[in-house]
Amino acid sequence: MANLVAQAYKSKVKPTWCPGCGDYGVLAALYPALARLELDPARTMIVSGIGCSSRLPFFVKTYGFQTAHGRVLPVAMGVKIANPELTVIAVGGDGDGFSIGGGHLVHAVRRNPDITYVVMDNQVYGLTKGQTSPTSPLGMKTKSTPYGSADTPINPMAWVLASGVSFAARGFSGDPKTLIDLIAAAIQHPGFAFVQTMSPCPTFNNTYDQWRGKVESLPADHNPEDRLQAMAQAIREDAIPLGVFYRQARPTLESHTRVTDHPAKGDATAGFDVRGLLESYR
Amino acid sequence: MPVDRLLLRMGGESGTDNVISAGDVLTLSVARSGYHVHTFRTYPAEIKGGPVMFQLRVGVQPVPSLGDQLDVPVAFNQEAWDLQHADLRPDGTLVYDPAMQGVPEGFKGAAYGVPLDELARDLNLRKGKNLIGLGALSALFGFDFNELQATVKEKFGARPEFAESNRMALLAGFEWVRKNITGDIPLRLVPPHPREGSALVMSGNQAIVAAALAAGCRFFAGYPITPASDIMEELAKRLPKMGGAVFQTEDEIAAISAVVGASIGGVRAMTATSGPGFSLMQEMLGLATMAEVPLVVVDAQRAGPSTGMPTKMEQGDLNIALYGAHGDAPRIVLAPRSVEDCFYQTMHAFNLAETYQMPVILLSDQSLSHRTETLTMPDPDLVPVAYRLRPSSDAQEYRRYALTENAISPMGVPGFDPTPYTATGLEHDETGEPNYTPAMHTAQMDKRGVKFERVAEFLCELEPPLGCQACGALEETAEVGVLTWGSTAGAAREAVEELAAEGYPVAALIPAVINPLPASRVRYFAQNLKAVLVPEVNRSGQFADWVKAHMGIPFPEGDLRDTQRSGNELPLISLNKYGGLPFTPGEIRAKVMEFLVKAPTGARRSEAGRGADRRKEAIHG
Repeated sequence: MANLVAQAYKSKVKPTWCPGCGDYGVLAALYPALARLELDPARTMIVSGIGCSSRLPFFVKTYGFQTAHGRVLPVAMGVKIANPELTVIAVGGDGDGFSIGGGHLVHAVRRNPDITYVVMDNQVYGLTKGQTSPTSPLGMKTKSTPYGSADTPINPMAWVLASGVSFAARGFSGDPKTLIDLIAAAIQHPGFAFVQTMSPCPTFNNTYDQWRGKVESLPADHNPEDRLQAMAQAIREDAIPLGVFYRQARPTLESHTRVTDHPAKGDATAGFDVRGLLESYR
Repeated sequence: MPVDRLLLRMGGESGTDNVISAGDVLTLSVARSGYHVHTFRTYPAEIKGGPVMFQLRVGVQPVPSLGDQLDVPVAFNQEAWDLQHADLRPDGTLVYDPAMQGVPEGFKGAAYGVPLDELARDLNLRKGKNLIGLGALSALFGFDFNELQATVKEKFGARPEFAESNRMALLAGFEWVRKNITGDIPLRLVPPHPREGSALVMSGNQAIVAAALAAGCRFFAGYPITPASDIMEELAKRLPKMGGAVFQTEDEIAAISAVVGASIGGVRAMTATSGPGFSLMQEMLGLATMAEVPLVVVDAQRAGPSTGMPTKMEQGDLNIALYGAHGDAPRIVLAPRSVEDCFYQTMHAFNLAETYQMPVILLSDQSLSHRTETLTMPDPDLVPVAYRLRPSSDAQEYRRYALTENAISPMGVPGFDPTPYTATGLEHDETGEPNYTPAMHTAQMDKRGVKFERVAEFLCELEPPLGCQACGALEETAEVGVLTWGSTAGAAREAVEELAAEGYPVAALIPAVINPLPASRVRYFAQNLKAVLVPEVNRSGQFADWVKAHMGIPFPEGDLRDTQRSGNELPLISLNKYGGLPFTPGEIRAKVMEFLVKAPTGARRSEAGRGADRRKEAIHG
């Protein structure tokens, strides 16, 4: 039954991803997560940037907006402030979110809009056919780094935790069942919810086997209210811990900055007499 | 000698002499007493220190520009005099502080030494010099003293301790002049015409804010930048109280991105910036064209390139406004011509953005942003408030980018319309799904292009305040024309109206919509002129180039066949100024005179409406 309901979120557009792409796993987790929360497609918007994973909005029958490379978060914040009743989900890849759009991430995190941000991290640029990304491991050979990447990779989880994120989780596209729970929890979290999903690129950086060997659940006694514990898990190199690293309740962006006089609710200008304002300039 | 216009300039040290605040309060008080005003100010980019100047041009008739010759310099220090005396008319009136400077050698006008510093010390007012100066000016030039006192009290605080010391300062200056200066003042302003109520005194940025609110803008995102910041600051005060939101972002890319998002979310949205920020916004403007997202961007141009001169004026961003984003991305560009026009063009910008679902750029500039002018109460009902076309409730197969007859397709509002779709910067089919076929790219390019061209169809019909402004001699008999844009309009109007009043065959045309250009109207204007002068504040002649680009288009069937010239032979002559200051009417006048062959032939001023019908007939057949 749940499966049937999840089907209702599927659009007619067929995914364009390579066979075996990790993003299929993320999409497969997103449909049932939306179904579990019974989200109205007409009151939900999925916003993305540019990249393989940013194609995702087309495959879901909600409102969607594929924006420009790196701009998913500021666009999503504009949507949320203007139309705060909407469920806003931002999606994209590691290049989109941590490189060209990296400057926006920390500001989204500190403002804490009630937006879920699912990053499909494959540690490579896939759409442009295999160049190094901000999360590529040191020394990784790609088309743009034939002698090995010389740049230390970003640790996205540690980054958002350090910036004061109010919800942070990590999932693995090879484990869609857990991912459903994580995405649903992220959407339910009232605030900015960051979900790093390890989503391998079988074409340019096939890490399935390597990651399968390293992923494990966060320790049973992990306390997601404890930021230091979360940080300790985030910087582990021996394993890729999965689960909810951290959660915290604090005021959202749209709790203080939001549009209530929405024109679709009626004539937005009806209650405003500009002549009164102009009179004050006499 | 009674004069009907007076140009007065106060100069002092930034941060100590409070010249700007004194100027603003004097401006408001003379406007309240019935005069028209037009102010101009310069300030250093630094917060404290450096010379600052406030200029007030006051007249019994509307004052369209900053003017030329300085009638009255008010120097708070030696540097202010040094910077200003070059503009002073030979028989001008100098007001100065004898403690700071002497009467300059060779000065032939009247000079009045008012001991501002000494009076301030007597009163123990560390910062009262500016108000003492205002009191003295009021006594010297007959500005209504009661009005001045009331305005100072209103603007500088009604708290008893301030109110009393301010009153004392004004009075000290006023009475000192009354006691010590006798005889007639050479340049004295004639009394104002009686009017019903006083005029509004607003800056361009204030007019933009009022109009945006009137047009239903309820979302603003921006990043601080001179000279646009006060648009954000003013909206930050007002929008939250009326159900709107102001979002200060981390940079201009985020600002325009948030505006795109808010508009997709269904709210009329705007950002305001200046050149450096506008450069950063180009990619997202292209997305707004592609995804057909209505929005308004104010670019308060300043002198460039790069960081340039943030507090100086230039009309250098026309090219980027027209051509900025990559790809074949049409967008509407409007240029307000005065403070009043800032109001109308901003309302028009929202109307066009919402109706045609595309970005609209409003090209203001530093001088227009911060100068104040008197204006009569604008009529917001002249510009209908528009909202995007939405899907009908019985829409079966909703297609966001449907190829409709008029190229406008319904835009579903998330949360309100049960018509989910995905917008994208990729080329797409009618439903919004990515589509790279030649047929679909051609069809959607046409959709976006035709939509834009439809704006051009009614442009030539628009009358002021939205359409072209025309002034001076009848176009049909004029020899020399002045064709300009944006805030240069004021100086051009003044020069042309003066020349026409003197009987010279000179006419001016100033469009408000720059893209699409009302080309047939411009061509009609220019067809019989011996010379068409295009003054603009940039070096390369961006507007002149833009006009030339349109002049080769053949005339529509059935009109103007008998003209001698073909359209692309129009004698456009660029007049460029690029020092960071606006044009003065005298500069435009002098250039026009070079091209005038005939002597004045008696007054031939165009009457309102005359020629308009003939023009319409000629343009539209």
